[in-house]
Amino acid sequence: MLDRRDLMKRAGMAALIAGLGTKGARALDTAPPDTVTLPFGNGERPLVRYPQKRPMIGQTSRPPQLETPFAVFNDGPLTPNNAFFVRYHLAGIPYDLDPDKFTLEIKGKVDKPLKLSLKDIRKMKATEIVAVNQCSGNSRGFFDPRVAGGQLGNGAMGCARWHGVPLKTLLDMAGVQAGARQVTFNGMDAPVMDTTPDFVKALDIDHARDGEVMLAYGMNGEDLPFLNGFPLRLVVPGYYGTYWVKHLNEITVIDSVFDGFWMKSAYRIPDTPNNAIEPGTAPKATIPINRFTVRSFITSVADGAKLKAGHIMLRGIAFDSGKGIKEVVVSSDGGQTWTPAKLGKDLGKYAFREWKLRVALAAGPHDLKVRATNNAGDTQPMDPLWNPAGYLRNVVETVRVTAA
Amino acid sequence: MNRTLLSALAAIATLSITVAIAAPVNYTLPEETAAFKPGPNLEVVQNNCSGCHSADYIRTQPQNEKSKKDFWQAEVTKMIKVYGAPIDNADVGKIVDYLAATY
Repeated sequence: MLDRRDLMKRAGMAALIAGLGTKGARALDTAPPDTVTLPFGNGERPLVRYPQKRPMIGQTSRPPQLETPFAVFNDGPLTPNNAFFVRYHLAGIPYDLDPDKFTLEIKGKVDKPLKLSLKDIRKMKATEIVAVNQCSGNSRGFFDPRVAGGQLGNGAMGCARWHGVPLKTLLDMAGVQAGARQVTFNGMDAPVMDTTPDFVKALDIDHARDGEVMLAYGMNGEDLPFLNGFPLRLVVPGYYGTYWVKHLNEITVIDSVFDGFWMKSAYRIPDTPNNAIEPGTAPKATIPINRFTVRSFITSVADGAKLKAGHIMLRGIAFDSGKGIKEVVVSSDGGQTWTPAKLGKDLGKYAFREWKLRVALAAGPHDLKVRATNNAGDTQPMDPLWNPAGYLRNVVETVRVTAA
Repeated sequence: MNRTLLSALAAIATLSITVAIAAPVNYTLPEETAAFKPGPNLEVVQNNCSGCHSADYIRTQPQNEKSKKDFWQAEVTKMIKVYGAPIDNADVGKIVDYLAATY
């Protein structure tokens, strides 16, 4: 039986075929609205067109930050490369890089420093993992009180099948020396001013050698799109996107805890239970941001939708930092009663997990809510937690609809 | 499918991968359309801010804060102290005034 998603896919395919067949390609040229309005103050954004990308929510243009239109998440558990979000910090981006001259260097506290070409890396035994990447500041625009930074809706996340080599393989080839404590990662993107700290991130040595952290050159069966880190990026399953260094070309093993700006001062969260503090206050102590919080979303109906009263199939996605989703429950009465949803195919513990549930909606307004719990028993708060940088948002989401 | 055809296809596949790798990237961003709103000291702001980022970094920030001036003072201070923006002391007040009045 066809559901809405299949119909949309077929419609898209028909449009594509029509576009190939006729030069006018009217179906493809149908202009989307020029702007979208994210549901918070000052939320109007342009829809922008970039090479290798479908129309995306334009957050900033230089350096580029592109948010995925939320409807994409209803199309399946893998986010298409051309819809995958983009986030840069520094405007010195290697737009003219030559993959033939690309070199990855592995150095520092290793017995045998390495310099590898892309071809060298592609010849090595490859591995794959389906994993969510999510910006630390995803959903920052919903923070109350508001905080400075990229004012994102919920679309700075995505799930892809990453293809590449385990970081452990490369570290073992180089021979990590005794006393190593962390590994730092630097990409080809650079600051405009010499005085701006270069974007360098670090992982503890045991984490770097866990066999899951990988260097990916493939994404959903294709090369990485340029803006997603071509030709090589770090994939750190379960961890926020800040660690997923793009255009990665320098790996350094060190015998200390890295004290660069992007670890020591930026991307910090309060060192408190739930990493939350009283809204509007400052934390006493902080730690580097690390694993994802548990999140879930309804993707099949948008906030404010008008629906026909009766039965409706709700669907959505859930994910966590890699314990795996144990249960998704849904409420159609504002959280008074909850019903377990049916979970979709398990693509791996780091992937989006689809869910669906048939609910009956009587005529009138309904607050639809969804809440996920992972295998460690972690779940989502009913009321939002707050931290000053606007990270980790994972409140139970509410979609308000009216049935008639 | 016979072996010759298979190996020919494999060769084509290998070739296309090689070609894909060898193609130098020349990624071109769309034209930057974000612009600073008109306001007092606009030129000072353009000169000091637009070297590192586009105007939409400012335009998309939360508005109607209880204290706009404090918000923007903190942002300008962050740009100088944290990101090393070479802004003259004499310009700091002008930039904060523009931001608080305009955004």
